[in-house]
Amino acid sequence: MATHMLPETAARNYLNEEDGIFSWLLTTDHKRIALLYTFSITLLFFLGGAFAVLMRLNLLSPHGAIVGLETYNKLFTMHGVIMVWFFLIPSIPNTIGNFVLPMAVGAKDLAFPKLNLLSWYLFMLGAFVAIYSIFRGGVDTGWTFYTPLSTTYAMGYVVSAAMGVFISGFSSILTGLNFMVTIHRMRAPGMTWFRMPIFCWSMYATSVIFVLATPILAITLILICIERVFRVGVFDPALGGDPLLFQHMFWFYSHPAVYIMVLPAMAVVSEIIPTFSRKPIFGYKAVAFSSLGIAFLGFLVWGHHMFVAGISVYSALAFSFLSYAVAVPSAIKVFNWTATMYHGSVSLETPMLYAIGFIGLFTIGGMTGLMLAALGIDVHVTDTYFVVAHFHYIMVGGAVMGFLGGIHFWWPKISGKMYPEFLAKLSALIIFFGFNLTFFPQFILGYMGMNRRYGSYAPEFQNLNVLSTAGASILGVGYILPLCYLIWSWKYGPVAPPNPWRATGLEWKTNSPPPKHNFDETPLVTWKAYEFEAQKEELNLG
Amino acid sequence: MADTSHLELREQFSTPEQQRESAISGMWIFIVTELMLFGGLFVAFTVYRLRYPAAFTRGSSEMEYWMGALNTGILISSSLTMSLAEYFVAQNKSMRGAILLLVTILLGAAFLGIKFTEYYLHFHDHKMPAFGFEETGPFAPQVQLFFVFYYVMTGLHSLHLLIGIGLVFFMFVPTALRSLNAEYHTPLDNTSLYWHFIDVIWVFLFAIFYIPGAHIR
Amino acid sequence: MRLPIHPDLLAMQSTVRPEYDRFFWICVIICTTVATAIAFFLIYSAWHYRRRNANELPSQLDVKVPAEALWIGIPFLIFLGMFFYGAKLYFDIERPPDNAETVYVEAKQWMWKVQHPNGIREINALHVPVGQAIRLKMISQDVIHSFYVPAFRIKQDVLPGRYTTIWFEADKPGTYHLFCAEYCGLNHSQMKGWIYALSPGDYARWVQQGGAEGSLADTGEKLFHQFACSNCHHFAGHGPGPNLVGLYGSTVQLQNGQTIVVDDDYLRRHILTPSGLTVEGFHSSIMPTYQGQLTEDQLIALIAYIQALGNRTPEGVMAPDAQGSPNPGEHQRESRSAGKSPGGF
Repeated sequence: MATHMLPETAARNYLNEEDGIFSWLLTTDHKRIALLYTFSITLLFFLGGAFAVLMRLNLLSPHGAIVGLETYNKLFTMHGVIMVWFFLIPSIPNTIGNFVLPMAVGAKDLAFPKLNLLSWYLFMLGAFVAIYSIFRGGVDTGWTFYTPLSTTYAMGYVVSAAMGVFISGFSSILTGLNFMVTIHRMRAPGMTWFRMPIFCWSMYATSVIFVLATPILAITLILICIERVFRVGVFDPALGGDPLLFQHMFWFYSHPAVYIMVLPAMAVVSEIIPTFSRKPIFGYKAVAFSSLGIAFLGFLVWGHHMFVAGISVYSALAFSFLSYAVAVPSAIKVFNWTATMYHGSVSLETPMLYAIGFIGLFTIGGMTGLMLAALGIDVHVTDTYFVVAHFHYIMVGGAVMGFLGGIHFWWPKISGKMYPEFLAKLSALIIFFGFNLTFFPQFILGYMGMNRRYGSYAPEFQNLNVLSTAGASILGVGYILPLCYLIWSWKYGPVAPPNPWRATGLEWKTNSPPPKHNFDETPLVTWKAYEFEAQKEELNLG
Repeated sequence: MADTSHLELREQFSTPEQQRESAISGMWIFIVTELMLFGGLFVAFTVYRLRYPAAFTRGSSEMEYWMGALNTGILISSSLTMSLAEYFVAQNKSMRGAILLLVTILLGAAFLGIKFTEYYLHFHDHKMPAFGFEETGPFAPQVQLFFVFYYVMTGLHSLHLLIGIGLVFFMFVPTALRSLNAEYHTPLDNTSLYWHFIDVIWVFLFAIFYIPGAHIR
Repeated sequence: MRLPIHPDLLAMQSTVRPEYDRFFWICVIICTTVATAIAFFLIYSAWHYRRRNANELPSQLDVKVPAEALWIGIPFLIFLGMFFYGAKLYFDIERPPDNAETVYVEAKQWMWKVQHPNGIREINALHVPVGQAIRLKMISQDVIHSFYVPAFRIKQDVLPGRYTTIWFEADKPGTYHLFCAEYCGLNHSQMKGWIYALSPGDYARWVQQGGAEGSLADTGEKLFHQFACSNCHHFAGHGPGPNLVGLYGSTVQLQNGQTIVVDDDYLRRHILTPSGLTVEGFHSSIMPTYQGQLTEDQLIALIAYIQALGNRTPEGVMAPDAQGSPNPGEHQRESRSAGKSPGGF
């Protein structure tokens, strides 16, 4: 059942197994690749964050406090492009997913380790191309590249930005492919589908979306580049094209993409809650199937981004209805997580703070999503700060907090060290507070009629904008703290035991940090996921 | 006990069966992504075809039906030779398999030769958008739209075919050297899957580009 | 601190708005209730079930199916309620009443051009009388824009190549923000204007000062002759082209077998690229294309003229099958509309 490390090999782990820069740049070890990704996306997160800081500073004044309109338009475009495609989409899957998934199913690595490394290089290449477009002068179409603005009228570096995203899309596809085959084929003996942790179910659902949706984005970007470079009409109405076709194709990918961003965070939360409640997750099968349900239904709702775009009333009705349907599996998760804590043994370490924060903020984001799904309501608030607040509640209050929770949860396993608990808790609270101060006023601004993508705005909106910017500065500080103390703890933190949280997953049955091949002996699984009862002796519980 | 050293059981796998099944699963998933890639184009094309039937029929009438049909025959034959190659290798007749792989490459090359000849002829007839496209008549912009899709879709297909030829070539060498044989031929199976997929895509491309205007000459 | 509530927030500006605000605030209450309930359970569980002993193992409760079913079923019913309520509100927002008067709007980078049927033109402003439903038919000259009046709770994207429609009826005199709500380039945030809702008396006074040079339909009539449309489109029976009297709003069969309603979009497309849209019984490819020869302004004027033809015959000419309007020369405005523009998908 348990796999314990032999004493003399305890000091050898995936970090010190090999030395030198090429042992990292040419590694095929999923754990090292996870760290490569972590390094890249952290840099990109702070780049996108820097743009956000500039935006919020600018919005202190109705006339734009620090930059002109052209620069502001570029700022929000690049903030969106980087945060969506170069931070949120790869974040949890390629860092925590890469590191944890093979171990969680009891495998030595992913199914295709070399493809995994290729994924990272494609991601880096895409990021370089996108950043090239920033340094050449930027692009100002909005991250949604609507036509004919992006193809015919925009002045910026649309093609290079689009190509950067295009290249990174292949990174996504390969990751999804790798994860799916790993889950299908590489589970340890005894680990049936229904003994897999929910983390694996949600990563599987995410991978399905990666594989099915990303190619559509690829082809859509190719088409706008062709239109722009060759000046032929594909989406240009002057040449018989349809700008709405672009929107349909774009959102057919981009809506499932938001589930790529949130399902992994849900995966993380589904691990943290049972661990810090010491109870199996409530309604395992419901939560497992809800991940698949979200992935499936998520493909059917893209039109809710187009309610006022000029689609037919009947289309709009269908999309609205389906948007409510997709909320049901998400609601199931929220209720089941909460029920897991009920009658549990709850301990509020940092990962748990982030997970609980996720549930609360995701609920608010989700409920405002329900409001947006109501056709009549959407007419007034679409394209306003109400929508901006809604998706930031999910993306930042949800996905980023899930990411941070997961990093803290698995930090002992990844680094072999413990992070400083007090500082971590403090940062979590600062982030929670700063986040709400930044984005809650934006709901009100949206309802009052403040449009998004406005570098200057009507004066009556100023007070709430100032409040929001104040929140953003606090949020920024909150993010810098973990960067600092996590790096500090890597070198100076106390040594971590194999299973500091007394969690039940397979990854906790090996050393912290793990050996290169994860397990000395292939695990044989005879227990259900989160079955504390079956493992209570080993975990010293009860 | 068979010499498994050349099977190259990768370290992440526990058994050769697991390795083989993983590889085949991976290829199928990859094919699904390719299907989605082409699918997006097919959907966009269909939208415009339904909206501008006359213009698209007109565009289709510019195609040389016999060249398209010949190419279809060539690719279907190449799928046959590919399958036969796989069959013979699985029967441990790797030499025969290698020859059939060579024939497959030649057929694929023939396809590309005809395709690029068509492109050249279209260019000559001023039917290449952005490169001297000319069309008189009432719905010229929509006819150009047809040709944009024609070049993008058949061009993407040709790119995939070129990659396929490359893959088949990479299979040819180990097959001729008998490293791919009855015991281990997974890469060949995967290449074959990919090849068939490219063939199927072409059949649909032929249907949407060549057939609508074939009755008009 | 004084709460920054915009005066718009609590006033009744348009007929649709009270219904909107009522639904919006019901949703806010539902959302707040749910979020509070979840927060309560989270905090309660974290406190009441806090770990008291490092090694404790709580009771490992099993699934209770009824609870699961309850909290799938009840939210779904609430969602359905929101869906239906939202759909109804949407229909009210999107469907103009029959007595709505049409005003044309053209958007371009970065301004709003408004054309009243009486010929008055405005830039970044729209004067309307209170208590009159106004239907806006909108088109863009370049990229996608969006016509947004927060006070009225209306918004509609304005597309190039196609008309889109929105309507409102102002309830109270006042001045209301008009914003562009679809990012359209550099000066997107500067593309704003004002809606001036005036009492009927004030509106009539404003119209008199308007300085219009003839109504929109009059302008269209001039263009009709200037561009030689009358050479083929006669008013006494059919010529090479169909008689346009009574055509607007009618249902016709096209040569390709389609049956369509003759509306703004059809007329615009037909004028620009006639082929493929010819009415059954007429030769296709006789009508030349006017692509590049007519601006959106002029197209709107022509369409207004064709709409004004309705059942009426132009002065001085009697159509053999004319319904016979009592005062030839009086405009009989056909304000039938095809509702939301077809072709949207």
